[in-house]
Amino acid sequence: MRVRPARPGTLRRRQTRTAYTFLLVPLLFFLVVRFIPTFLALRLSLFDWNILKEQQPFVGLENYRTLLEDEKFGQALKNTALYTVIGVPLQIALGLILALMLGRIRALRGLYRALYFAPYVTPIVAAAWVWQWLFSPQFGPVNTVLMWLHIPPQAFLTSPHQALATTAGLVVWQNLGFQVVLFLAGLAAIPRSYYEAAEIDGASGGQAFWRITLPLLNPTIVFSVVTGTISYLQLFTQVVNLNFTDQGGPLGSTMTVALYIYQLAFGRYQMGYASAVTVILFVIILAITLLQLKFLTRRYDT
Amino acid sequence: MKKLLTLALSPLALSLTFAAAAPVTITYWQYDYASKVDTMNKLIQKFEAQNPDIKVKQETFPYDAYNQKVATSVPAGQGPDVVNLFYGWLPQYVDSGYLQALPRADFPVKQIESSFVPMIQTSKMNGQYYALPTSVRTLALFYNKDLLKQAGVLTPPRTWEDFIAAAQKVVKGAPPRFSVLGFGIQPDGQDYHVVREVLVRQFGGSPYSKDGKQVTYDSDAGVKAMTFYTDLYSKYKLGTPNFFPGNNSYRDAFMAGKVGMIIDGSFAIGTIQKGAKFNWGVVPLPVFKGNGVRSNFGSYWVNGITKNAKGDKLAASVKFLKFLTSEDTQRTWLQAVGEIPASKKLSNDPSLRRDPVYGPFVYALPFAHSTLFVDEAGQRKAWVDAINSVILQGGSPANAVKKAATDEQKILNGYYK
Repeated sequence: MRVRPARPGTLRRRQTRTAYTFLLVPLLFFLVVRFIPTFLALRLSLFDWNILKEQQPFVGLENYRTLLEDEKFGQALKNTALYTVIGVPLQIALGLILALMLGRIRALRGLYRALYFAPYVTPIVAAAWVWQWLFSPQFGPVNTVLMWLHIPPQAFLTSPHQALATTAGLVVWQNLGFQVVLFLAGLAAIPRSYYEAAEIDGASGGQAFWRITLPLLNPTIVFSVVTGTISYLQLFTQVVNLNFTDQGGPLGSTMTVALYIYQLAFGRYQMGYASAVTVILFVIILAITLLQLKFLTRRYDT
Repeated sequence: MKKLLTLALSPLALSLTFAAAAPVTITYWQYDYASKVDTMNKLIQKFEAQNPDIKVKQETFPYDAYNQKVATSVPAGQGPDVVNLFYGWLPQYVDSGYLQALPRADFPVKQIESSFVPMIQTSKMNGQYYALPTSVRTLALFYNKDLLKQAGVLTPPRTWEDFIAAAQKVVKGAPPRFSVLGFGIQPDGQDYHVVREVLVRQFGGSPYSKDGKQVTYDSDAGVKAMTFYTDLYSKYKLGTPNFFPGNNSYRDAFMAGKVGMIIDGSFAIGTIQKGAKFNWGVVPLPVFKGNGVRSNFGSYWVNGITKNAKGDKLAASVKFLKFLTSEDTQRTWLQAVGEIPASKKLSNDPSLRRDPVYGPFVYALPFAHSTLFVDEAGQRKAWVDAINSVILQGGSPANAVKKAATDEQKILNGYYK
């Protein structure tokens, strides 16, 4: 066989074509199971679409108008914002502290890392049950400890004022393991020579952290903030399982937008109205993510 | 390859032979509950023996997802021919045209009303019945004999006054740390039904207008009912909601021997019989000393025929439904599943009325009211939130009743518009 001299660029073009061909399959999949339903939801939100009715009348923006006056939606929106504002900074701060400490220890390193990662791989439903017993006002060990410290026992999940924070605690505890792993990877990517150079220049530990560690962790932090925010905005499973008979309760104090959508759509079959809420949630997530990417991403010269 | 082909063709061949023999196959759906599924399988065998030309296929789904499963099968145009539904979901399914009215020739309205207990009239819409139950459920007071005895209460309470006195003797600890509850209060358990359908009536009111389109509990009686119920928590401190974490907090805590009394339905009998390792008993729901008005909340699961059943399938479904609601089946159901027969005659049976466990539930049948729900999930939420606004936030009972009435009326208006 005669070898034909390859023209420059042919190989590359062929590789590109192969790549596109392979990408086509997942793209089709995404199109069918993700994008098309998303746009259908947009359309659905303009109808009074009750799954059980034969007639699904077009109502224009009526669903959105109802939303503006829907107290429960307002509450769910506020709660979701609170979860995010409490949860994201807390899990990033704790995750960073733990990762820095775990990065230093040498003995039983694997064991410690496994211990901190365990909550992340624990099924959410099981973790929610354990949390309920831990924070049970009656029998919970948390209240027992509080009483040893002469602090009055608290109502936690059964109080409209404390339930949200207690729920956020569970989510933070569960996400922490993953957060620690992200930071460990980020820390490992920082060349040791920077620290050595800093040491020679007489930098203190604090200076090394603020001038080297934190700036170089920026990509990790941005990634964590963006993915963390999205996961809090979609919070659902923990909330459902922490108060199963009054989901989102007591008095709607732990209700999230995602749970509200679910209840409207699959508890009360108001698909049109639920779609309107979905569209709003989608717009919010999109806007926040774009803002975060714009303001948090900074380039540091290395 | 050949093997594969045979495999692929065999269901076809199978269905062809069936078509040749021409038996009609109908599908029946109910939720997954071991004793119900087993009993239904036996009943189906019996039915098929009586009707060799009909085959019944039972399909079951988890309880929590059951209504969703049925609802999502409606727009898909799939699903069962005969379906088991909670009566409170009926308006939505009738409205959607999913259920067929029961043929008058096979199920005459008069005959239904003379042979079934009165609460089943909530299955009648537009003058026609759309579904019928095999069994019904009412509420009663379960009490822990041992705990009451230890506290010096020798006879279980028959009046609310005695109920409070007994519970006060049993309760140990103080809010928020109780060790034993006098009353396993749980607004989102059965209690919100007690406030709506029992206490409102006992205070001389009525919760809904006769056609069920208007709430009428935003009244003196409604406020009194709400005040009385929330006082059990705030004033008398008989117990606390969510004593045990979990889905059936009050019942689990009762079965663990940590609660003196709970209000629960006859559907809980089986679970409590299995779970409670102490002496326990059942008495009818208390009344007030002053007037002695009795009331109860009745509920039931019905079997109806869907729009999927046409022609031969419809005829087979009618036969199957007749079989399911027959007195024979009701008797089997009572013995095997432990649910009260829906027939007046059977539930009037002296041995059932005298039964120490079933008696108090059967006793309540003549005056048990079942609410005509149009959006069970939404209406429940309105009530649970109203009660919680009093016991968790210290709101006034009058405002709570007003809020519940506004919210629930909005839901009713949305349905009846």
